[in-house]
Amino acid sequence: MSTDAVVTPEGLVPTGGLPGAGSVSVAPAPAPDLHEPLAAASVIAEPELAPVVFDVSDLSVFYGDYRAVRDVSMRIRRNEITGFIGPSGCGKTTVLRCFNRMNDLIEGARVQGRLDYHGVDLYAPDVNAVEVRRRIGMVFQKPNPFPKSIYDNVAYGPRIAGTKKRSELDDIVERSLQRAALWDEVKDRLKSSALGMSGGQQQRLCIARAIAVDPEVILMDEPCSALDPIATARIEDLMKEIKTDYTIVIVTHNMQQAARVSDATAFFSTEVNPDSDVRTGLLVEFDRTATIFSNPHDQRTENYITGRFG
Amino acid sequence: MNTTSTVPEDRTPDRVRRELSDANISIGRRVRNRAATVAMAVAFLLAAGPLVLMAANVFSQGLPAVTNLDWWTQPIPADVGRADLAGNEQLQDLGFGDQAADPDSTASTDSADSSTDGLVALGMQPAIVGTFLTVLGASALAIPLGIMGAVYLNEYGKRNRLANFIRFMTDVMTGVPSVVMGVFIYSIWVLRFGVEGKSAFAASLALACLMLPIVVRSTEEMLRLVPDPLREASAALGTRTWKTTVGVTLPAALPGIVSGCLLAVARAAGETAPIVFTIGFVTTTNWRFTGQNTTLSAQIYSQLQNGGDLATQMAWGAAVTLIGIVLVLTLIARFVARRYALR
Repeated sequence: MSTDAVVTPEGLVPTGGLPGAGSVSVAPAPAPDLHEPLAAASVIAEPELAPVVFDVSDLSVFYGDYRAVRDVSMRIRRNEITGFIGPSGCGKTTVLRCFNRMNDLIEGARVQGRLDYHGVDLYAPDVNAVEVRRRIGMVFQKPNPFPKSIYDNVAYGPRIAGTKKRSELDDIVERSLQRAALWDEVKDRLKSSALGMSGGQQQRLCIARAIAVDPEVILMDEPCSALDPIATARIEDLMKEIKTDYTIVIVTHNMQQAARVSDATAFFSTEVNPDSDVRTGLLVEFDRTATIFSNPHDQRTENYITGRFG
Repeated sequence: MNTTSTVPEDRTPDRVRRELSDANISIGRRVRNRAATVAMAVAFLLAAGPLVLMAANVFSQGLPAVTNLDWWTQPIPADVGRADLAGNEQLQDLGFGDQAADPDSTASTDSADSSTDGLVALGMQPAIVGTFLTVLGASALAIPLGIMGAVYLNEYGKRNRLANFIRFMTDVMTGVPSVVMGVFIYSIWVLRFGVEGKSAFAASLALACLMLPIVVRSTEEMLRLVPDPLREASAALGTRTWKTTVGVTLPAALPGIVSGCLLAVARAAGETAPIVFTIGFVTTTNWRFTGQNTTLSAQIYSQLQNGGDLATQMAWGAAVTLIGIVLVLTLIARFVARRYALR
């Protein structure tokens, strides 16, 4: 356990051991009314908070000996959109990729701390990464459809999961494409190559592909960074619409986007060790989106969202 | 910032046009450009020239033999070399007709009535069949193994010590002369089973040893070109690595893998040294992997050893046939790859 925080029965309480970090993160306690007092105070209309899906405490990610991110503690709630914002290289994506153990695919990557999914440590030795990813889907920064037909892209996941019947697959493909607001545009050319679509369409196809395996959580790694404003708006609308069925975590460079779509926001930043010149990402503040953007508790958050970079 | 509509003195259209024109390029640069262009054209001609000459020569020498139906259907005349060397009389004694006695006219003219009335038939069917058998056998052994090896190297082993060791050994194996492969199979297979050991299968083993490193390295290169985001997209859907490999990675790399395998097949089809130790010799067609056999490359070698005009002509014919077979295989594989390539 890191010396920067102590675990109490109420949860993780930062002790302010970080340089300049008065409040590292909001650490919710089990009792709902005490969970996020800051949020409750600032957003009066906030309804009762949804159940927790991910409970992250004191997470650090290493690449080899290099600690890329440290001290991430947050709670991600069901049917909410949680946004990760922060400057480049602060570890947003690295943290996101811990939630479905995609970092396992990178040589030398390892995780310290706890990342609980419905109370189960995702990095426990008996947890199978493939099963994790079946429940926790991902949409990537650059649209990455398979070089297959539109139909086969969407049907890929269900086929892998064992759905063989043509009629069932047809249903899933149609439903997923409709959910991703793509059906009307492609219903007449399902057999044509996915690579012939525009970037925005490809990204929506990737969302449809992720939806097709019916995950509980969808992780999105800057899904709009390669898209124009119109395509971006469509994807944002889409996210708001599908969050009734899914829990979404989105990394974005675009603060406005986080403000527009997310319910909770995590602000990450980097810290440079003056001795070794090593940069480490860290979670500065995690709170309800309204609080982060209107009443941040950390000076660095305020500097970032007001455009003065700390 | 110049916001007026007047054109500044040094920016008149005439002047800009002159600046942008070819005439503005210095003499030195133009000379160097021309010299480099000529040098490249000459280099191309030097590289392509021998190829064209070789192909033209082989075809003009070999076509007479190949265009005869006997070539594809008849056994190899057993003592064509000796007969030819012994002169016309003996040729006739041996049953060679008048036409056959004139080496130049033999292949091209004795087509219609040759085999029926006792004239020699310049057949090559045993070697054609043998070539297909050995190459097929070698491909069946080396291609699946090589692709699986490459999948291990690129998808599983990556940079670990075993993978690096295999990679190193594969490179070493690429450099082993083909005759050594022949000796290797000769010593572990033919010597053990004696004359029985000489067979199309033994030749396949030797050729497979030769093909394996080529298949492994070319397939690995192709797998490496498949972008990681595709693998990640598949993994993020809850797909095991082997299913990602079979469902996404290998299909995406298929055209390149096919090219690499073809290179190996073409190489194997033309190899002579490992064949002559291991395949034995026959003059009648053997459709089985067991028992002695022969191939086109072995025939080119042995016919030239025989000497004589007829034998030389048969060697040329075998060369044309070999080139044709490799060409046809290439076309088929290209077509298949295009048909099943993911787009």
